[in-house]
Amino acid sequence: MFKLLRQSPLSARIGMGIVIVNALVAVFAPLIAPYGETSVVGDVWESFSTQFYLGTDHLGRDLFTRMVYGGRNTIVLAFITTAISFLLGSFLGFISAVKKGWTDQLLSRAVDIIMAFPTLIFALMILSVLGSSIPTLIFTIAILDSTRVYRLSRAVAMDIEVMEFVEAARLRGEGLWWLIRHEILPNALPPLIAEFGLRFCFVFLFIASLSFLGLGLQPPLADWGGMVRENSGAITFGIFIPLIPAGAIAVLTVGVNMIVDWFLHLSSGLHE
Amino acid sequence: MTLIFKRSGASLITIFIISLIIFIGVELLPGDVAETVLGQGATPETVEQFRKALKLDLPPHIRYFTWLNDFVHGEFGNSLANGRPVSELIGWRFGNTLFLALSTALVAIPLAIILGMLAAFYRNTFFDKLISTTTLSFISFPEFFIAYILISLLSVKFNIFPSLAITQPNMGLGSKIYSIILPSLTLTCVVTAHMMRQTRAAIINVLASAYIEMAEIKGIRRARIIMLHAFPNSLSPVINVVAVNLAYLIVGVVIVEVVFVYPGLGQLLVDSVAKRDLPVVQASGLVFSIVYISLNLFADILAMISNPKLRQSHI
Amino acid sequence: MNNLLEIKNLYIEAHYDEKWQPIVHNISLDLKRGEVLGLIGESGAGKSTIGLAAMGYARQGCRLASGSINLDGKQLFGASKQDLRRIRGSKISYVAQSAAASFNPAHRVIKQYAEAPVHHGVMSQNEAEKEAVEIYRRLFLPDPEKIGFRYPHELSGGQLQRAMVAMAMSCHPDIIVFDEPTTALDVTTQIEVLAAVKEITEKMNKAALYITHDLAVVAQVAHRIMVLRNGRLVEVNETRELIKNPKEKYTRELLNVRSLREDKTIMDKMDVILEIKDVAATYTGYVNVLEDIDLTVRKGRTVALVGESGSGKSTLAKVITGLLPAVKGSIRFLGKELSPQLKDRQKQDLRKMQMIYQMPDTALNPKQTVRKVIGRPLEFYFGIRGQKAEDRIRELLVDIELDPDHYIGRLTTELSGGEKQRICIARALAAEPELIICDEVTSALDQLVAEGILDLLQELQNKTNMSYLFITHDLATVKAIADNIVIMLQGKIVEQGEKKDILAPPHHEYTDKLLASVPEMDPDWLDNLLEKRASIFI
Repeated sequence: MFKLLRQSPLSARIGMGIVIVNALVAVFAPLIAPYGETSVVGDVWESFSTQFYLGTDHLGRDLFTRMVYGGRNTIVLAFITTAISFLLGSFLGFISAVKKGWTDQLLSRAVDIIMAFPTLIFALMILSVLGSSIPTLIFTIAILDSTRVYRLSRAVAMDIEVMEFVEAARLRGEGLWWLIRHEILPNALPPLIAEFGLRFCFVFLFIASLSFLGLGLQPPLADWGGMVRENSGAITFGIFIPLIPAGAIAVLTVGVNMIVDWFLHLSSGLHE
Repeated sequence: MTLIFKRSGASLITIFIISLIIFIGVELLPGDVAETVLGQGATPETVEQFRKALKLDLPPHIRYFTWLNDFVHGEFGNSLANGRPVSELIGWRFGNTLFLALSTALVAIPLAIILGMLAAFYRNTFFDKLISTTTLSFISFPEFFIAYILISLLSVKFNIFPSLAITQPNMGLGSKIYSIILPSLTLTCVVTAHMMRQTRAAIINVLASAYIEMAEIKGIRRARIIMLHAFPNSLSPVINVVAVNLAYLIVGVVIVEVVFVYPGLGQLLVDSVAKRDLPVVQASGLVFSIVYISLNLFADILAMISNPKLRQSHI
Repeated sequence: MNNLLEIKNLYIEAHYDEKWQPIVHNISLDLKRGEVLGLIGESGAGKSTIGLAAMGYARQGCRLASGSINLDGKQLFGASKQDLRRIRGSKISYVAQSAAASFNPAHRVIKQYAEAPVHHGVMSQNEAEKEAVEIYRRLFLPDPEKIGFRYPHELSGGQLQRAMVAMAMSCHPDIIVFDEPTTALDVTTQIEVLAAVKEITEKMNKAALYITHDLAVVAQVAHRIMVLRNGRLVEVNETRELIKNPKEKYTRELLNVRSLREDKTIMDKMDVILEIKDVAATYTGYVNVLEDIDLTVRKGRTVALVGESGSGKSTLAKVITGLLPAVKGSIRFLGKELSPQLKDRQKQDLRKMQMIYQMPDTALNPKQTVRKVIGRPLEFYFGIRGQKAEDRIRELLVDIELDPDHYIGRLTTELSGGEKQRICIARALAAEPELIICDEVTSALDQLVAEGILDLLQELQNKTNMSYLFITHDLATVKAIADNIVIMLQGKIVEQGEKKDILAPPHHEYTDKLLASVPEMDPDWLDNLLEKRASIFI
């Protein structure tokens, strides 16, 4: 394990550093932020100072505090959503691959239909009907995203399923649960882990975009996408504040992508 | 040929089902549509009037078919926000969005394919690594990040391009293009990045085939191998890649329109969602979906035609 | 300079485990005009690599490290890319193992034939196409005028292989390198391709390097044979001399592979354990892939199910195990009627019928240890766990001739092909079955390793009195181990009976053809066969 880490390329290490910093911020947010999440403490769009490390936002709130809490909100939300989408998608994907027949047909057709929608449009329409509460957001995005996970895990599982050791287990009389848990899953882990990273990036960007459009997390909750939107007016005055939350989004996504790239490179290289 | 018909048929059914879903989605609104839209303070009479206007008093299946029928005839109902016919609102905006999307695609697709090919041929060289890192960054950045960077640099700091993409229907082509340069550039970055990576992978895959090695063993020049052996077999996978990435174009268009305040269909959709202007949401959502599905269908058919393994010699 | 090709002290290296390591050690060979040199060895012997090196070519991840490669006076080692390109295809050409992968699916076959000669300036497109038809005719391809104008996916395996041989001839090269050209083909199709090769080498006086793992095949076409092992030379000699008086032990082992084993004493009729009556099956519901199948397996016996590709033998295995339900007929196992569907069968019935597969690499879960693979059937069928299971697993490992301490904790991916196959056998044994279905279990293994597996299976049968349903396409194996033989063709049973009855004439027409197609170690065998055939047509 540590040998792997020592051999990792620079990009992977940068990526890991980024992810760790972000994770720490998300977990220890209240301990790090100097002010309250929504408290107004200064003038509008003040510049950097020792009092306000990143200056203030469009309402006079400390930008650093908002960034810290925004990070926590966005990251935790994205993580939970990805986890749900992943569990749902991979579970159904495996079942489809192992059971085949009608189960597979039905699930695959349903997924095809959902995927025929451009995701953002679909999400927008659902949110316009159901509103932008946190459970709705999680639920909607998780279902939409699980379709991609479904496709991938089904494809991976089908590649494994055709191997004779799965048939040998079937002939033994093993049931569905055993086949998935002991035969398919251990062999499906490398591509799935990589996919989790990719899905997280996608969900994270997606939530940020929705918030940017005003349809994600609602104010006064801090959230990076929403912060870009709130402060977008500053650009015309030559104050580049919206680039800070936008940049943070970009940096985290790049970090995760770097790790995923390295992981994919490793697992394809060691492949038999 | 039969494959093409089957595929088209499948698309039609999908469109049908999607329209059903859109319609049902609205039906699933918790509570009464009328009350929700009009708010708590509405009197029972206003609510009743509203429901009549939206034909909410008719049973669902009749409403669905009327709605569908109207849609096909270009009759989308009226906007709840300003009472104007939805078709009027959508019409010219749709044209704008198409203009933006098409001009982006015209640049992005050839650029992505050329870069992808070059990266594949010169894989693992400095050039390849440079491009891979750049595209990795671009696919990680949210569109609005790229948009604001471009605005900050090219609009505010150096004042080359406008930060608001304002187009009038009577503008000349030249000035239209000028006003959409920044949004188009933003979109191009993202779409090209996605496409280029996958094109590179597809071409590397083709280059690793046994028949390419066979051509080398026959002593054929590299240039000829690439043009006559690699190229015809790359068409199908590359077309696939382009099709898959059209999604990014359609989604990105919405965000870019909002950042640059471009009067397109995406901007309209986002606004109406915020205002819960349901007829507009339904109609624009359906328009987007149909365009997306049709593009996918077209790309699928193209990929099928260009797949050498499906050719017949009829001898 | 007498020799057309002279290779001296060649070292070839491959890049793995982060460094360059030699895979071919100090190989020297020479080849005269019109001479055929056979390169023979098991997998990993380096024969393909050497064959490609003869044209100065090294695969991805390999490089020619040192040595001299002299082709008709020209030094290929270290030659410029241009020079190498010029001689490739024109002076020396290559016939790959897989024709299907080596043809570009986007171009017609004849266009790919003409590509090399036109590119090297040897002749014009028209001339090349005319010649192509001629060569197709000489190689016995059907419809030679039109066949070249088809796309590769429209030709069968055997036809495509011959088209590739033709393509290698297109520039009239001095040497052709044949790399396992018949390995992927059925035995009856192999004859056609071998005849084509002989036509080229003898009638057209071309030199050739013939690479294969099958000694009987190379004995038909080569003047001299070079035996290779792990990239090193074992022995080289004239063909007849090598076969009569092999000098090295390894060569002797390779030659003995096909010798008949002693016949088992035919005992009285034992109990019937598997009875298949009037079975038919289909994949699509329209066309039956199996019809009128009647088959019996008795206790302690080995029934060999023989057929070429498409004969239905693997499908029959699927029907017997219940993966593909029979649409007609009955399957009785140990006196009980078995349900056609796998999921309706009892656990105990499943236990008593076990299966071993062809590819050991995919037959074992790469993420499981030997302990888990063998232990699961013990747990699943008998409820044996813990120390009792551990003991039993060790017993089984001893039965399959593997040291328990060394193997029990290993991951299956760490093992060699032969070891993996033994683990598969142990997995089947753990269930204490009455019948084991062996589906081409030795076809993917090197000859010597396969020998070991067959010996093991025979021993186990002697000990436990299990029955085997042995599915194979290799008649040599059948002759060695079968008690009864069932011959299948296109989904039907053509002939069946006891071994000595089937192997002696009179035969069914197909059996005749099949038996005649198996190459013997006699170098004159192919010539005799072709003469016999020709005389039939006159």
